Amino acid sequence: MSKIDECFAKLRAEGKKAFVPFITAGDPDLATTEALIRELASRGASICEVGIPYSDPIADGPVIQASYTRALDAGVKLADIFAMLKRASAEVDIPLLTMVSYSIVLRHGPQQYVDDAVAAGVSGLIVPDLPVDESSALASICRKADLGLVHLVTPTTPKERAVRIARASTGFLYYVSVAGITGERRELPAELVENVRWLAAQTDVPVCIGFGISTPEHVRQLSPVADGLIVGSAIVRRVGESGAGEATVKAVGEYVAELLAAYA
Amino acid sequence: MPGVSSVPDAAGRFGDFGGRFVPETLSRALDELVVEYEAAKQDAEFTAEFDELLRTYVGRPSPLYHARRLSDACGGAQIYLKREDTNHTGAHKINNTLGQALLTRRMGKRRVIAETGAGQHGVATATACARFGLECVVYMGSEDIRRQKPNVFSMKLLGAEVRPVTSGSRTLRDAINDAMRDWMSSVETTHYILGSVVGPHPFPVIVRDFQSVIGREAIEQSRDQIGRLPDVVVACVGGGSNAAGMFYPFVEHQDVELVGVEAGGRSDQPGDHASPLTYGAPGVLHGSYSYVMQDEDGQTSDVHSISAGLDYPGVGPEHSYWKASGRVSYTTCRDDAALEAFDKLAKCEGILPALESSHAVAHAMKIARERRPDEAIVVCLSGRGDKDAFEIARLRGEQLE
Repeated sequence: MSKIDECFAKLRAEGKKAFVPFITAGDPDLATTEALIRELASRGASICEVGIPYSDPIADGPVIQASYTRALDAGVKLADIFAMLKRASAEVDIPLLTMVSYSIVLRHGPQQYVDDAVAAGVSGLIVPDLPVDESSALASICRKADLGLVHLVTPTTPKERAVRIARASTGFLYYVSVAGITGERRELPAELVENVRWLAAQTDVPVCIGFGISTPEHVRQLSPVADGLIVGSAIVRRVGESGAGEATVKAVGEYVAELLAAYA
Repeated sequence: MPGVSSVPDAAGRFGDFGGRFVPETLSRALDELVVEYEAAKQDAEFTAEFDELLRTYVGRPSPLYHARRLSDACGGAQIYLKREDTNHTGAHKINNTLGQALLTRRMGKRRVIAETGAGQHGVATATACARFGLECVVYMGSEDIRRQKPNVFSMKLLGAEVRPVTSGSRTLRDAINDAMRDWMSSVETTHYILGSVVGPHPFPVIVRDFQSVIGREAIEQSRDQIGRLPDVVVACVGGGSNAAGMFYPFVEHQDVELVGVEAGGRSDQPGDHASPLTYGAPGVLHGSYSYVMQDEDGQTSDVHSISAGLDYPGVGPEHSYWKASGRVSYTTCRDDAALEAFDKLAKCEGILPALESSHAVAHAMKIARERRPDEAIVVCLSGRGDKDAFEIARLRGEQLE
């Protein structure tokens, strides 16, 4: 049982839903990222997703792409990110995941990436550009290391395929709320609730919803439907606006407190 | 090596290379594209319409021209030019965009997006969309927009919207990223006409097949005009679509030597060239596993070429496969040699080649000198050089109005 499985088992036993924030490693610097992980954990985040900056992130919208560019321009390296994650995972109780492009995993070597992630105390991976059809080699490495490999289902995924993806996903299953890229949205699609209910019925793996969630109203609407909610761009935008250090930690801390207050 | 028809496999793999590394949102559209393309290939009406367009709209077959004065100047083998520069819109790109526009219509989609670097693919896409009454949006790096103003204006005249891309290096690679992002949100109504043999399966196959008319014609014309197949075939390689279209029909003719020429830029130092097959390593970029220029963390490296069409850090997966199997050899040509070849072809033959194609011409001139006069080299002259006039003037310090 991975740390993510334990986390969801505990939440389910308590009748609670997960809050999964996303931040970009090294935006604007790794010290701020580390402080943010501590802040998010202390505010009540269940799991923290840490984005590994990539030069060509095709799944991400302008906000997260800009954060990747800021981090890379500041010279962040994978080795330094793992060192930061190692410090952070020793300080907080919640599982940490890396959201990482397969380009980076492959260049680093899949086995080496998983070894380094485990050594850094990371509990799972999301590889958004690795479809289930191409994932068996990495999945087998992750399985041996007891590392979650979270797959994504989208509104364009045919149902049979969604079932196959749900079965392959470990830790949790990421339901992408909209066909498109990451980013905040005022309106979420009407069929979202129905789609998630259907998906949750197909699998025992917890289902979390991400892409576009940014307001307490979204949280009130969706937290009853899924096992957890993922919030990325809305947090990353605040980091981008506030800069390094305390100001960012405070801005993000206050924002996630608002979201957490909206959980039923 | 295995027969050409054995690649790619059902997963889009050319040996180890290719595949599909894209967000799940695109999986269904790519699966549908595979099915639709296979059906179209078997549909006699589809292929007849495509062939008719190539003949009456593009002006095919493009000539195979014996460049006698250039050959004499080199003093060795005979150089023949496969004149893709004589196509409508001035380059090989139109072969692919017409084929994919037909596919778009077949799929019942009304909107097309495309990326462009030098603007040739953008113009060819805008042209095909105008011809079929499709809405057209072209993503183009703001740096390339600055360098290629005439093409930007042409696209607008043809009714396309040109969207500047201001992220990253503001060149072709970022334009592909933004086109992919658009497609993620619009995939139900929109077809993405990718311009090269890159990207996720099935794009490398589709683009190669639509471009392979170049090689098929070259084989027939060589038999007619030379009396046999050429000894060597040379093409420039950025993403690699003109080279793939030229080489693919020749692959089974083992006696014909095939040479791809990458952009050697200023030097062999990282950042100074755009030669992933020569200096890079296998990795994933834009949805496909192939040779790529990356740093040790997997971040895409900056590349340089005098030619915007070759200024790309990746290459089509089939080229990686041909390199691995040894069927095609790949080399580089530097900026200065390409400019010299441009000049030579202009003065000797009255042909202004695209700076991209000048790389292939330069290599052909080099090897012609080392070969006997009864040997024949066919060069893919992938496009015409009018678009490069401003850039060449700038390099020479001349002011054009």
